[in-house]
Amino acid sequence: MSVTATEPVSKEAEQNWPAWFRDQQTSAWADYEGSPDPTRKDEPWRFSNIGAIGLAEFQPAESVTSEGRLINISQGLADVSAKLVFGNNALLHQDVERLPHGVLLKSLEAAAREDEELFRKFFMVQPIELGSHKYASLHQARLSTGAFLYVPKNVEVALPVEIFHWIEGENASIFPHTLVVCGENSKVTVIDHFKSADGKRAFACGVNDLHLEQGAQLNYVAIQEWTRESLAFHLNSTIVGRDASSTALNINFGGGFVRGESLSRLIGEGARSVMLSLNPMDGERQIDQRTLQDHAAPHASSDLLYLNSLDDASRTIFAGLIKVEPGAHKTDAYQKVRNLMLSDQAEANSMPGLEIQADDVRCTHGATSGEINEDELFYMQARGIRKSDGRRLIVNGFFRSLLERLESGSLRTYLGGMVSKKLGVSSA
Amino acid sequence: MSTDTEQDISIDRSIGDFRYDVDYAFDAGTGLSERTIDYISDVKGDPDWIRAFRKDAYRRFVEKPMPTHWASHDLDNIVFENIRYYLSQGTAPKRSWDEVPENVKRTFERLGIPEQERKFLAGVEAQFDSEAAYSNIKKAVGEQGVIFVGSTEGLHKHPEIFRRWFGKVIPTGDNKFSALNSAVFSGGSFIYVPPGVKVKHPLQAYFRINAESFGQFERTLIIADEGSEVMYMEGCTAPKFETTTLHSAVVELVALPGAKIQYVTVQNWSPNVFNLVTKRGLAHEEAEIKWIDCNIGSRLTMKYPSVVMKGRKARGEVISIALANDGQHQDTGAKMIHAANETTSNIVSKSISVGTGRATYRGLVHVPRHLKGCKNNTECDALLISSHSRTDTYPAISVRGQGNACQHEASVSQISEDQIFYMQQRGISEGAAMSLAVNGFVNDLVQQFPMEYSVELKRLIDLEMEGSVG
Repeated sequence: MSVTATEPVSKEAEQNWPAWFRDQQTSAWADYEGSPDPTRKDEPWRFSNIGAIGLAEFQPAESVTSEGRLINISQGLADVSAKLVFGNNALLHQDVERLPHGVLLKSLEAAAREDEELFRKFFMVQPIELGSHKYASLHQARLSTGAFLYVPKNVEVALPVEIFHWIEGENASIFPHTLVVCGENSKVTVIDHFKSADGKRAFACGVNDLHLEQGAQLNYVAIQEWTRESLAFHLNSTIVGRDASSTALNINFGGGFVRGESLSRLIGEGARSVMLSLNPMDGERQIDQRTLQDHAAPHASSDLLYLNSLDDASRTIFAGLIKVEPGAHKTDAYQKVRNLMLSDQAEANSMPGLEIQADDVRCTHGATSGEINEDELFYMQARGIRKSDGRRLIVNGFFRSLLERLESGSLRTYLGGMVSKKLGVSSA
Repeated sequence: MSTDTEQDISIDRSIGDFRYDVDYAFDAGTGLSERTIDYISDVKGDPDWIRAFRKDAYRRFVEKPMPTHWASHDLDNIVFENIRYYLSQGTAPKRSWDEVPENVKRTFERLGIPEQERKFLAGVEAQFDSEAAYSNIKKAVGEQGVIFVGSTEGLHKHPEIFRRWFGKVIPTGDNKFSALNSAVFSGGSFIYVPPGVKVKHPLQAYFRINAESFGQFERTLIIADEGSEVMYMEGCTAPKFETTTLHSAVVELVALPGAKIQYVTVQNWSPNVFNLVTKRGLAHEEAEIKWIDCNIGSRLTMKYPSVVMKGRKARGEVISIALANDGQHQDTGAKMIHAANETTSNIVSKSISVGTGRATYRGLVHVPRHLKGCKNNTECDALLISSHSRTDTYPAISVRGQGNACQHEASVSQISEDQIFYMQQRGISEGAAMSLAVNGFVNDLVQQFPMEYSVELKRLIDLEMEGSVG
């Protein structure tokens, strides 16, 4: 049966989730079915390849074949404070013993049962504004588990929390979800891994919501490694409170068609949101990213940098908007997308937008599309580096410059290694 | 709009805010139907193909929805049934000001047109509601083979050139308003510059709306043959009415290989005018088309001058200044379609939002596959004067393949308090300091206008800024 066919809530859901949540799922399903499919004439879908979004052939994922194997290969950073492993919409493993007292890291359904107030306060409360409302409803209706992290006031989690989301099976569908709530003046780093267990074509429709209360600091990295045939939605929101600071990086190594939506809402004075994305594109892969930097409070800052390298017949869309609401004076907002064109078949579409309704602001945006600087290549060739190697080194350097924005040295090294591996450059 | 703000902006509107009563010999009545189109075609003595062209356009206009999925919902306030689509005293323009009916002549004299003609223009066309009241070209320019007439005359007397290019740069169905214009067009200029002829002085058209609830739909077609050069300037005004006035022009430019066209607009419509204009140029090999566009007036302007660079090394440029005062929305921008190798384009846009004014930049840059050596540079700067002002920037840049370079930069800022303080310290009033700062912001672009216009522009900006402080 297709993942989009009407069917009753699964047996697991009946047991795991409270009744009020299942009611929410029922109305989410009605909303999914009642919402029209997007068309290219809809402004949030301009330039998009709507034809790539065919869901009918995807099936609900079955249980994974080997939990042990997936848990074993769920290896990321050397030192972490906790780890969750999900496979095909089920929690396979949790290692949460070393977390500081009071920190909650558990499955969403456990949080819904045990921490109902917190869950209801933060779960999918931010409306999906960037076009994929319909798919967020599908996500909510089909959700069976996900990660819930709550860091209480004044608690600092020294080492990163790692979460793995595996998908297995031809045309399987998963609905990964990560909800992070950072209490006042807390600090934490979270890494989401999105991985394929078997290299098959699949469908992922994920939601990540990050909430930062006053003075909180969050570093968030999503590393997406779906197969190059897969279809994926990743809908992210970050709500930043007074004097809180968020840095979120979305890395897209895989996916055939990926629609990414990232929204940052700055709701308190002195809030800061850094939005980063790194996308080495090749083959016929397409990525369609929409972003919003929504300044609802004065004296807040946001800084967006998206880097795309486009090889082969790959295609990128970037549509970003800086929105400064009335009264959000002293806003400092920056937005930049850079496309490095590596092939004559590649195509980059950039729509960097501004909507400013407050006068005392500093907002700039920029978009560039260019090719590798021949002088740089020549310089390397003159030093005995082959042209093809030189190109890879330049692309590697292009992305490394973005990783410099990350605070943690070990995270920079780890991600730098992954980028180098992806580009076929020996890691230095 | 409050009475206070009306007072502020009425200062500069006064230039065009007057009106003399005029008797119209031809009046298509109110509202739009096929009968309106037949009426216009009959009055103008249209050939059959134009009548058919108009009717086809009318059908497309009716079919096409308002583009409010991206554009301002203010468009929904246009009531097409309440508009008068054709008003004239006759279709043949006068060659001498002495023959122009008294009240029409007085109108243009008050706007300074005959004086400017004597001083620095190679030719003038003065359109009053639907038709040109006056059209003349300096003898020496006419003797070079330059044709400068109204669209009706161009169609009748030069069908071989007219028909070849008419509607080819902007197809009828390009958008709802190009379809409307194609259905009811009247007036506008037809210009042909023969190969190698460089027209030394600008040709000017002046568009005047005099009647209430009127729609002006001029249609301009300029063809610059190989290696020729021409500069065209247009200005416009209308008295301020309580009811809606609609202005929806279509302007097509064709620059054949090596030709240069500069098209200068100073738009100063009264604040009840919906100004919805489609402008596009086709630049052949090594040709250059430059739009210099300044929007100060109107209630809502939607205008995105475009250049399709069809031949190798063609060049397109848009210089845009927009000033959005209380109650105004200047939705302007540019489109650059690179359709050949080594084509280059440049867009520089500066906007100022005052009071509740809103300035929007919309841009499109398109570099399709298999092209090499294309370059685009886009710069958009917006200045916000008051806390209720609004500005938006919506560019779209599509680049395929390597070997091309596109860069887009935009910034939004306000006038620095330090600047104002510095000037006040030296005895300059706050208002004057504000005007100086705004003039400084747009100064490099104002320089690109012909001298007579840049002086006028500076004065308009000063007047607009008066009383907007605080």
